[in-house]
Amino acid sequence: MKFVDEYRRPEHCERLLNEIRQIASRSWSLMEVCGGQTHGLLRYGIDTALDGVVQLIHGPGCPVCVTPLESIDLAIELARQPDVTVASFGDMLRVPGSRESLLQARAQGGNVQIVYSPLDAVRFAEHHRDLQVVFFAVGFETTAPATALAVHQAAELGLTNFSLLVSHVRVQPAMEMLAASKDNTVQGFLAAGHVCTVAGYNSYKSFVERFRLPVVVTGFEPVDLLMGIRECVRQLENGEASVANCYSRSVAPPGNERALAIMDDVYEICDRPWRGLGIVPNGGFGLRAKWAALDAERRFAHTGAAVTECSECRSGDVLTGRIKPTECAHFGVRCTPDSPLGAPMVSAEGACAAYYRYSPANGAAKAQAV
Amino acid sequence: MEATIKSMSCPVPSVAAGDRVMLAHGEGGRLMRQLIRRRIVPAVDNEFLRLAGDAAVLPSVRGPLAMTTDSFVVSPIFFPGGDIGSLAVYGTVNDLAVAGARPRWISLALILEEGLEMAVLERVLASVAAAARRVGVLVVTGDTKVVPRGAADQLFINTTGIGEIVAPPPEGPAALEMGDELIVTGPIGRHGIAVMSAREGLEFDPPPESDSAPLVDAVAALQQAGVSLRAMRDATRGGLGAILHEWAEASGKTLAIEERLLPVGAEVRGACELLGLDPIHVANEGTMAVAVPHGNADRAINALCSVPETAQSAYIGRVEPRGLAAVVVARGVHQTIPLDEPVGAPLPRIC
Repeated sequence: MKFVDEYRRPEHCERLLNEIRQIASRSWSLMEVCGGQTHGLLRYGIDTALDGVVQLIHGPGCPVCVTPLESIDLAIELARQPDVTVASFGDMLRVPGSRESLLQARAQGGNVQIVYSPLDAVRFAEHHRDLQVVFFAVGFETTAPATALAVHQAAELGLTNFSLLVSHVRVQPAMEMLAASKDNTVQGFLAAGHVCTVAGYNSYKSFVERFRLPVVVTGFEPVDLLMGIRECVRQLENGEASVANCYSRSVAPPGNERALAIMDDVYEICDRPWRGLGIVPNGGFGLRAKWAALDAERRFAHTGAAVTECSECRSGDVLTGRIKPTECAHFGVRCTPDSPLGAPMVSAEGACAAYYRYSPANGAAKAQAV
Repeated sequence: MEATIKSMSCPVPSVAAGDRVMLAHGEGGRLMRQLIRRRIVPAVDNEFLRLAGDAAVLPSVRGPLAMTTDSFVVSPIFFPGGDIGSLAVYGTVNDLAVAGARPRWISLALILEEGLEMAVLERVLASVAAAARRVGVLVVTGDTKVVPRGAADQLFINTTGIGEIVAPPPEGPAALEMGDELIVTGPIGRHGIAVMSAREGLEFDPPPESDSAPLVDAVAALQQAGVSLRAMRDATRGGLGAILHEWAEASGKTLAIEERLLPVGAEVRGACELLGLDPIHVANEGTMAVAVPHGNADRAINALCSVPETAQSAYIGRVEPRGLAAVVVARGVHQTIPLDEPVGAPLPRIC
């Protein structure tokens, strides 16, 4: 815990804030890619402390927010089948599908199990051989290795009652899509520290060459976040664009080679729809053909009905940084964590949830909503 | 001849022989009577229980009484730092204590799942008895039901408690005034993390322990010290955060606390960091929040620290005029941020 305290020290934060204010000659627009970073920035008030110096644009790095509607609906459809139990992370369960969330489906008799790790789902299947257990696998490169490990474990145990609904996503292709879009206003990226712990950051060299935008690998504690911002601003002020690592206590350039090896064995890269962003080319992981027997979509009959997103929810604009959550007319009024219109309001890493939680100005909006 | 008859007789299940609870134990017949007489009554024996018919007859007391009820469904029923038996006693006596009452009598209603091991029931009963002795309450009446396998999770307990008001009760949260000082009586989040770790098999080393404990002595210490009390509340489900929100709503004021002043044990902090939870929203079972008028915090904390259960009491913040948010926390970069109120139980994050 000393390690964490060290990265939360107010005097360190104050020193870094002053340095950033000193080196910035103008206001820069930076995107923190990961929702965990968004929550850190708001929880510690860094966004307001840097008002006028750095504009922080919140990125799409909330894995449950970008999980496509049709995947959630499919998970719910499976959970409602007799003898099928859908297991997933607690965070995923409150996210609304087109009609309901997994938690609401459970209240109506669906079989939904909260797990803390994909390996828990394997253990659950091992102990409940009479049930078909489907692990709803969501998340970025951070959680994908554990899912891959679950695939290997299930195979070693010879489980015939375990399968997966894989909705893993890859973060760099989404950043490329944002950087390439015509209305991009992002001048530098704070890359997601935990994703880089697994995937490394060598792959960002081509990104930087292509877009001429700084990419700084950044952690999640206030001092980490401020060091990332300082490096990004320094590069921009000097007219540089390079890959830098401000989270070296966790991230090595090639990433975690063992994790990458097992991922390579289990997944192939595929195009994937991201909720709010549309199809992201190369934006996801799917099971390789040799693991097709574990694919829940193949194992179970399902309708795959076409679904439409709630037309009032502007989560797409929030996830791409086009608007701040508070700029949405429904924020804090019709859309609250109690009755969300979209995923970013319920997820622990959603930007709307972060603003609802931590932003003092929203007290008034909340009071009106009551 | 006799031996032959015996061997031919239908084996009537008896409590002495049976090692598991059966539906018949709750059906009003001999088995139920035996269960109550041989296992439950001896564990928590006292004169009122012995004389009890359908209701316990209690002696008259002078002043007003306080009464409360609570049901306990914790899973697993044994967890580091406690079990459902002691919890069912402490939970109810704590509700009485924070209302300014001295707990006197409690009821004990058991809902048992068919198939529960008798040894487990006996362990729980022994724990109920030890907890009742520790706080000086008598179990004066009770009830036993057995439900089919799967209809309950091992056993559920309901306890109702009656206490005597021995000192003026706290004014209540509506009376909070600007400048009032806020205290928490020990490290927060221990019960919730202990139970979650035990239930989900999260292998923390050392395993976090519940704070399950009586607050009777702590409240008595405050009363004896003559500290004037604005509000007291044990911070159970929803944790300290839920009480702060409740008090802010009742008083129309803003409650401002400082994160650095919150007592949080290393094991709870570590677990919360990993799971993406905030200890302020995690349940306690032997820790309360206390609000005292301006200038009284030191005396209150001195009194609380003289009692083992609340020896780590700490000042955490104060009551302020209502600002934009009901509850605010001063964190990291000298910023004051509103404290959120979760919709339901906090769920662990994904990564």
